Amino acid sequence: MIISQNKPFEEILGFLKNSEKIVLTGCGECASACNSGGEAELIAIKAKLEDAGKQVLAFIVPETSCNYLLVRRDLKKIKESIDEADAIVSFACGDGVQTVAKQVKIPVYPGNNTLFIGEVERVGIFSEACRACGDCVLGLTGGICPVTRCAKSLLNGPCGGAKEGKCEVNPENDCAWILIYEKLKELDQVYKLTEIREPKDFSKIAYPRTLNLRNSGGGAIK
Amino acid sequence: MSMLKTALENGEFAVTAELAPPKGTDFSRALQIAETFGDRVHAINVTDFQSSTLKASSLAMCKALIDLGLEPVLQITGRDRNRIAIQGEMLSAGFFGVKNLLALTGDHPTVGDNPGAKPVYDLDSVGILQAAKVLASGVDMSGNKLEGSPSFFLGASVTPEYDPIELQLIKMEKKIKAGARFFQTQAVYDIKTMEKFKEMTKHLNTKILVGIIPLKSAGMAKFMNKNIPGINVPDHLIDRLKNSNDPVKEGIKIAGELIVELREKNLCDGVHIMAIGAEENIPLILDEAGL
Ligand code: SF4
Ligand code: SF4
Repeated sequence: MIISQNKPFEEILGFLKNSEKIVLTGCGECASACNSGGEAELIAIKAKLEDAGKQVLAFIVPETSCNYLLVRRDLKKIKESIDEADAIVSFACGDGVQTVAKQVKIPVYPGNNTLFIGEVERVGIFSEACRACGDCVLGLTGGICPVTRCAKSLLNGPCGGAKEGKCEVNPENDCAWILIYEKLKELDQVYKLTEIREPKDFSKIAYPRTLNLRNSGGGAIK
Repeated sequence: MSMLKTALENGEFAVTAELAPPKGTDFSRALQIAETFGDRVHAINVTDFQSSTLKASSLAMCKALIDLGLEPVLQITGRDRNRIAIQGEMLSAGFFGVKNLLALTGDHPTVGDNPGAKPVYDLDSVGILQAAKVLASGVDMSGNKLEGSPSFFLGASVTPEYDPIELQLIKMEKKIKAGARFFQTQAVYDIKTMEKFKEMTKHLNTKILVGIIPLKSAGMAKFMNKNIPGINVPDHLIDRLKNSNDPVKEGIKIAGELIVELREKNLCDGVHIMAIGAEENIPLILDEAGL
């Protein structure tokens, strides 16, 4: 899931300095799950904007704000409001904001900061687990991602900096490499740590990346 | 030929000392201190933006040391440079006549004085060693031919007090596979640590220089125990510092005694002295150690 968080309200108001009539959009998937762009949040933000003297003409929560066709369908439903509006504020992830922005002729501002791809540990608790590195190494690391969970993305084992199992960069976090080692010990796979891992090939993941299942004949293993 | 390499290969007790480049363009103090080491050290490690703190670069200071007839160890971390810049630094070092290179992961930028800097870590310490090894063969990491290639006596670091130690040993073996011929350790204060470490590494064909950080006060010892990973100053040393009316001198004495004991018990191939800001005391430590 993509984890996002509302921007400070003052920053959003800053975007809207010269805009009176506003439309809000959210997202029914990730942003709803992390309370940054679901219906309840948009209702509260609408009230705050109105207190600040803005007019909120409409709001929508597309099922998924990163799906071009779904967003187009929902924007059509509020076409009149959009025609009248000065600006849209989108409370989706950065992807969802752009999906909205490319379909309208008025400014679209981000209401959220997009933080990371994460796991829902418990309700309201999210942690980063994958940085979409394009060449997954989890098979070698006991299912624990060193690219993401080691603060230095080290591939050949730990730096010297862990203290009592905690990472030197942020002692709130466990050292990923100690977790990996413990896990591989459990799995009887410590031998996987002894081989040198070559540096990553970043040419394979130069962004922006695209994937076209139509050209590649589908995404699944054939 | 690297003097450090020759000394270690001849079974001499090797001594290296660590020195940081200045924060600024005035190298005079650092170079004056380096000159006081003279031929009492085999080589001088020059740190690479140590603790993620902005300084002049390691390579510039290495060149200045060479001009004074001293032998540097170029430290390179993976934090600030990608593989293009790291290999380029190595080629430049080769041109300047740098003979020794120490590969390190590098502290994270957030602990330093420019905490907003982007961390790189394109190569880890193993990758840096691999880069040096491949350049020595006449090509770069992508196999492109070089006009002249550098050759370094390669080193890396290890933390004998690491927990779990097996994980350090696995990485140490990888570093050896990647070309490391010597190791400088995190600071050690307890002779027992090195007795155990020597036993655990006896199957490895490598040279080990034990890290020595002279203590300046009981407070410093306690601070390091609490904050510096892999450092463990035993209580009896803290008491000695506490009860001394000249703790700096006492710290120098403790360091000297430890070196003597390490040497007598044949627990290492040399020592690496890191005086962190009190480099002028290094000759005094060597006096105490009879070196
Ligand atoms: S290695 Fe880590 S960052 Fe890369 S794809 Fe796998 S989980 Fe994601
Ligand atoms: S302490 Fe562990 S998780 Fe943190 S940077 Fe070092 S190896 Fe990575």
